[in-house]
Amino acid sequence: MGFRLEPRASTPAWLNAALSFGAVAAALILCAGLIALSGADVLSAYAIMFDNAFGNVYALTETLVKATPLVFTGLAVAVAFHAKFWNIGAEGQLLAGAMLGCWVGGFANVPGPLAIVLMLIAGAIGGAAVALAPALLRVRLKVDDVVSSLLINSIVYYVMMALIEGPWKDPMSGYPNSPPIQDAANFPILMEGTRLHLGVVLAALAAPLIWVLMRRTTLGFAIHAVGENAEASAYGGIRVNQVLLTAAAISGGLAGLAGVSEVGGIHYQVMSEISTGYGYTGIVIAMLARLNPLGVIPAAVFFAAVMTGAEAMSRATGVPVFLAQVIQATALITMLVALLFNAYRIRRTGGPAGVGAH
Amino acid sequence: MTEPPLLDMRGVTKVFGDVRANDGVDLVVRPGDVLGLLGENGAGKTTLMNVLFGAYQADAGVILIDSKPVRIRNSADALAYGIGMVHQHFHLAPRLSALENLLIGQPGRFGMLDRRRAVARLEEIRRNFGLWVDPKRMVFNLAIGEQQRLEIVKALFRGARLLILDEPTAVLTPAEADGLFAAMRAMSKQGFGIVFITHKLAEARAVATRCVILRHGKVAGAVERPAEASNRDIARLMCGRDIAPPERAPVAVGDAVLELKRVSTRPHGGAALAEVSLTVRGGEIVGVAGVSGNGQRALADVLSGMLAPTGGEIRLAGAPMRRAAPEEAQRLGLGRIPEDRMRTGLVTALTVADNMILPRLKKRPFSRYGWIDTKAIRAFAEERILAFDIRCPGPDARTAMLSGGNLQKILLARELAHDPIVLLAAQPTRGLDIGATRFVHDRFLEMRERGRGILLISEDLEELMALTDRIAVMYDGRIAGEMATSEATVERLGLLMVGANAETGERRT
Repeated sequence: MGFRLEPRASTPAWLNAALSFGAVAAALILCAGLIALSGADVLSAYAIMFDNAFGNVYALTETLVKATPLVFTGLAVAVAFHAKFWNIGAEGQLLAGAMLGCWVGGFANVPGPLAIVLMLIAGAIGGAAVALAPALLRVRLKVDDVVSSLLINSIVYYVMMALIEGPWKDPMSGYPNSPPIQDAANFPILMEGTRLHLGVVLAALAAPLIWVLMRRTTLGFAIHAVGENAEASAYGGIRVNQVLLTAAAISGGLAGLAGVSEVGGIHYQVMSEISTGYGYTGIVIAMLARLNPLGVIPAAVFFAAVMTGAEAMSRATGVPVFLAQVIQATALITMLVALLFNAYRIRRTGGPAGVGAH
Repeated sequence: MTEPPLLDMRGVTKVFGDVRANDGVDLVVRPGDVLGLLGENGAGKTTLMNVLFGAYQADAGVILIDSKPVRIRNSADALAYGIGMVHQHFHLAPRLSALENLLIGQPGRFGMLDRRRAVARLEEIRRNFGLWVDPKRMVFNLAIGEQQRLEIVKALFRGARLLILDEPTAVLTPAEADGLFAAMRAMSKQGFGIVFITHKLAEARAVATRCVILRHGKVAGAVERPAEASNRDIARLMCGRDIAPPERAPVAVGDAVLELKRVSTRPHGGAALAEVSLTVRGGEIVGVAGVSGNGQRALADVLSGMLAPTGGEIRLAGAPMRRAAPEEAQRLGLGRIPEDRMRTGLVTALTVADNMILPRLKKRPFSRYGWIDTKAIRAFAEERILAFDIRCPGPDARTAMLSGGNLQKILLARELAHDPIVLLAAQPTRGLDIGATRFVHDRFLEMRERGRGILLISEDLEELMALTDRIAVMYDGRIAGEMATSEATVERLGLLMVGANAETGERRT
């Protein structure tokens, strides 16, 4: 008696959704052991976690605020990965977006809405420019995009550090922070007493927009086709390089918006810890969402909830706060396992099928 | 006298979802048998052999080896029972030598590879069956025919007494196929059993001692002395109906629709093209024969705009091709059936409907101002699926799920939808069964009757002889000779294909 995997002829629609939730549930169950190990009650620990992520209006808005940059970077990675442009550089693109957005926001002494629009445009351009570098290297010189997009992150980070430690250092505070943006460029807060800012809404709108782009436009079609088979796409008359560069620009632009959103909605300036690896987390988010732009939102909210919830759980039960990262990592692994069942099913071998079985 | 069978499969059934790929199949192979296993694509030949080789587990039925029931769970079990299989796609390590490939997975002596004994075994196999591969050569340097020989040697080396050959001749030249048949006869004489999967009736009749025909997963019939049976009888068993040879109506030849004038190119890797001149007129099917790797691929790539020519001129429907781009070739009226339909022709991860419109994505009615019109795409795909009798669940079916014949029909349906002036078809019936091949040929003949031109690149001489008006033979990137099909013989073409001058029989240098 044994088990083996067999390819599925077709995947039922409900299974796709069920697999995602199943993967998250499996991750929580797997991590329960660790909670128990640190001496806390598993159920009450998870209850505290859930309560502090979703239990009241403030907790909910905090979760959404934390999810916002992840939605943008998750979308950025999803678009790029659909084209098989392996953009590991959302982090650098985010920082570039934050810097350019902050720079424009710093002197954009124009009425509020216009200042914000200018900031968003500048940030998107900054992110897109950084993403285009590895894309161009790949298209022109066949440079591996994984390596180049990853390494550019460091370049952008140290450029940013050099700026805020040097010429851009805020003369008022003396800290390695950029000067604040104009008040007019501050994103409006949508609910008093919370940090729910305009960027949250923009992120919530970006996901369906990207979904429409990928599903309903010729560009989205071309991105899918090029990602799945560049040779056949070229044979069909699609300009593969052009599509790759466009996908890279959109991807970088979205990552750039994550940076603008953090500057305009939270920090109002650029500082060294403007991103806590949102760009890298975006890769995980996109994988968790299985590259579906609409799936990016629940994936990002889940990550944000685990982050906010784990801090409270740690305070209340003494479980180390690092558990948040363990849960997130476990969720990615269970998701990757779940993906297997998308294409395969488990079959028992050796039953009545047994050829000469004994 | 009947010897006990080497292999006795009884009532083997294998079900995938709703499809009964094998349904109660009985199959007996005795020592000395060369069993031709025939059937259309999807008839269940490969599934049956995969059950025998342990890749799948049967859902019902028994397998007896030497009259003892056995359970084959994987290829190691199969090998232990003396079953060897040569797949269509070889399982060789290209960066290792032939000898090292033989030794993979073999127990060594004190942890060392026993090369000397292996070479001795290799010599023995050469003496017994006339099969030889230089043990020192690297696999990536071996020609396709030699790699296949190495696969057969590997199976024998590991002690196979029953050899499964899955469409072995698909990649061979006629001369290489003859060599393979000689080796098969030698093995048969020494009491080995062979299961020979093929589409080609002439081959089954030439080498098989017995044929079993599968249809829809069941045994449709058996032919005891295939050499004495007619192609037509066997074909009827395979298809369940009579298939008459294609008929070529007389057609008035029109103006040149495709002209190549001293076209050269040099692709990255692969054979180059040297000053090739060719003309196809309206109402003509011109064949390009040749052993694979003599520039046919470069010719197809240059014509379809995938590869830029380094010299010469291409004219399509009278207009010069100015830019090496697929969209330019299409614009000038070229339809294309590429050699590799899975890699070059179709994006198999997309739906059937998406593939149908891929080259016309930016054209109305499929899109407007960058917005896709899903309804128009579906309607178009539905119409095409009906018109070309494509067997698929519907326009939204994933293309990867379909069989080779249906993939080719998608390409034909797509490329013929806009009535191209010239069709470039590279190996259009490779791997297709009789029914699908016939379908493709009929479409070509219809085009010809409507005054369209076709350039048919094929390694199948039978196909070229049956369809074309003229045949050009490629050798080493050049046109080695061209003749009217009415004057062509397999011998004349064969000589040109190996680089010998057709008239004198001298070898070119």
